[in-house]
Amino acid sequence: MSPTASKSKNPLSPKDRMKVPRQLMPEQPADVRAHNFEEVNLGYSPDLAQQEALRCLECAKPTCTDNCPVGIDVKEFVQRIVIGDFLGAAAKIREANVLPAITGRVCPQEDQCEGKCLLSKKVKPLGIGYLERFVADYEQRMGTHIVPSAPPTGKKVAVVGSGPSGLTVAGDLIQKGHKVRVFEALHEIGGVLVYGIPEFRLPKQIVREQIDYMRQMGVEFETDVVVGRTVTIDELLEEEGYDAVYIGTGAGLPQFMSIPGEHLNGVYSANEFLTRINLMKAYKFPSYDEPMLDLHGKDVAVIGGGNTALDSIRSALRLGARKAYVIYRRSDAEMPARAEEVHHARQEGIDFQMLTAPVEFLSDGKGWLTAARCVRMELGEPDPSGRRRPVPKAGSEFDLPLSVAIIAIGTTANPIVQSTTPGLDTNKRGYIQASEETQRTTRKGVFAGGDIVTGAATVILAMGAGRRAAKSIHEYLTTGVW
Amino acid sequence: MFKIIHAQFLAPGIKRFVIDAPRIARKQKPGQFVILRIYEEGERIPVTIENSDPEKGTINIVVQAAGKTTTLLNSLNAGDSILDVVGPLGKPSEIRNYGTAVVVGGGVGTAMAYPTAAALKRAGNRVISIVGARNKELVILENEMREVSDALLITTDDGSYADKGFVTDKLRQLIDNGTRIDLVVAVGPIVMMKAVSELTRQERIHTVVSLNPIMIDGTGMCGGCRVLIDGKSEFACVDGPEFDGHKVDFSVLVQRNAMYRDSEQRSMEDYKRSREAEHTCVAQGEKQ
Repeated sequence: MSPTASKSKNPLSPKDRMKVPRQLMPEQPADVRAHNFEEVNLGYSPDLAQQEALRCLECAKPTCTDNCPVGIDVKEFVQRIVIGDFLGAAAKIREANVLPAITGRVCPQEDQCEGKCLLSKKVKPLGIGYLERFVADYEQRMGTHIVPSAPPTGKKVAVVGSGPSGLTVAGDLIQKGHKVRVFEALHEIGGVLVYGIPEFRLPKQIVREQIDYMRQMGVEFETDVVVGRTVTIDELLEEEGYDAVYIGTGAGLPQFMSIPGEHLNGVYSANEFLTRINLMKAYKFPSYDEPMLDLHGKDVAVIGGGNTALDSIRSALRLGARKAYVIYRRSDAEMPARAEEVHHARQEGIDFQMLTAPVEFLSDGKGWLTAARCVRMELGEPDPSGRRRPVPKAGSEFDLPLSVAIIAIGTTANPIVQSTTPGLDTNKRGYIQASEETQRTTRKGVFAGGDIVTGAATVILAMGAGRRAAKSIHEYLTTGVW
Repeated sequence: MFKIIHAQFLAPGIKRFVIDAPRIARKQKPGQFVILRIYEEGERIPVTIENSDPEKGTINIVVQAAGKTTTLLNSLNAGDSILDVVGPLGKPSEIRNYGTAVVVGGGVGTAMAYPTAAALKRAGNRVISIVGARNKELVILENEMREVSDALLITTDDGSYADKGFVTDKLRQLIDNGTRIDLVVAVGPIVMMKAVSELTRQERIHTVVSLNPIMIDGTGMCGGCRVLIDGKSEFACVDGPEFDGHKVDFSVLVQRNAMYRDSEQRSMEDYKRSREAEHTCVAQGEKQ
């Protein structure tokens, strides 16, 4: 062993580590969970976690960390699990990630850390996401959060939007001693974590716990503030005394398909469908006042192949849908959803209509949806995104009877902040222009990151932007150099 | 929490609240609205802002009891609080000197038409206001409208006050009398806005209507408030609520606003029953 390398705590040889199978995540049986909103994954026990941790090869140059948008020191936290120091493992993750219980659940690990795990060349990759989730939950159960504090700098930062990127900025900057206030348009803190991602994938209690922890660290939150309408960026900087502003307003307006029948009753955007369920608890009507259409015994389809599409249709299934379809115009290989979600959805009985696209929504003549007229597709030449372009097959039209259709084909930029902030440049598609390295915008003291810069992406990419922004905001606040 | 400073019925079932909301009071412009939620299990509903006082930090909202939430809201009084009030939302009315503007307020819509009429007057327009209501009791903000208008015309459906008829009758008369009209603003029930728009389309008078679709977040995120404008989807919360009345597909608006009628009725019935039960309890308590 080289003298510089720290001594491994792992009793197994690299060869033996490869013989340990990837530990399965305990989960609710598919036929049971398809009818409830409880979390699908139940989490590792300490034994399972330690067994899984043994599989880490402790690479000299860990590619997992390189491929993590927030740069978690995976090797180190996994080693702490090996020796049973779970709280130490959690503390290690927290150095890079203020929301581990959330990312452990919703990150597309196959595209990030686990996608580059050396083990995956021969066997299944290390269950890094499962391990992250395990230590975050363990820490929460023990109630032994270490609340870091730094001497106050006297600087004030406003964070616009309380989704994953805003929370990351807030968490990172409060630990540097800056005063941080987060403004949220809705009545609950968490952005997409509370209105978008359903309970069965990310229990709202977990989000609340993470936010309580941030409150303990000193982060202030103000709900019911639509920045751009209730107060402008300029007013925050000039009148309310903020030294810097971070814009993390997230994915914007839901896109529709511009096909006939889109205004029929029964056609939802995924954002509306999920907001009614997750934020407004419409599925608990009449205990909660916000209504939604009763899905019991109804046929429901989602259009789209991303995580939002799967979240929508799996929610519809849980709300009693008789048939639950995913209509996606490309094939399995192009589906942008997390691999685990696709797998879970199939287990639960979701019917995937691949290479299919609706061309019209049909009505009963009284304004209610009765079917989607669809056409089958085949894949042609690659389009600018590099994915093969779907082309309609002649004569393949058919009608799929439906009571509810949910459109989950993406979003466009929300214009409220941009249109009320002079000098804040946007790109052709209306998203805010920000440096990829520093997240600085074209306005002095104003930073932006997450979906409002990149267009719809993932929680962890938004958090990565938040982390870079926090670093560069701290630099700006300490040096005063723009 | 947003405290109610003052509450007063303007007409049976129509109540004006003065609410402590300093941020909104500072920013409110004519044509904008707020979304509110009364309590934890409550729904989010859009509500008209009638006026605001930036110095006192208060906004006035006017609410007509229709379903459970609005009925519950109208049972609140000074000293009570509303859990969430967010705004001001929507694009403000486009205020400039058009020349002669006719501002039409139907029922509770008069509360939303009022600040627009006032702003048009301040901008130098000759303002003719038409206020319509079902009957005498439901005519609201008469004095306020009179103050900001060069002329005020009132109609009631049943003729119990002023002239019997509809707002469109008055508008028709103005046109027939040869009044030059450069802009019509109509706020009120969908049938009224549709009738006004049909009339002015023939006369080629630019007409703005304020739409009231079902809404949740009010920031453009959910798309529930989409309306069909000139064959294209637009979101009332960020692109509106005011639109060119000649481009609005009113039938789609009517159809979409009826989407939850069953649930709304059920909510209202449950609420009434619980109120009756409460009253019975109180009555029994008083007897004992």
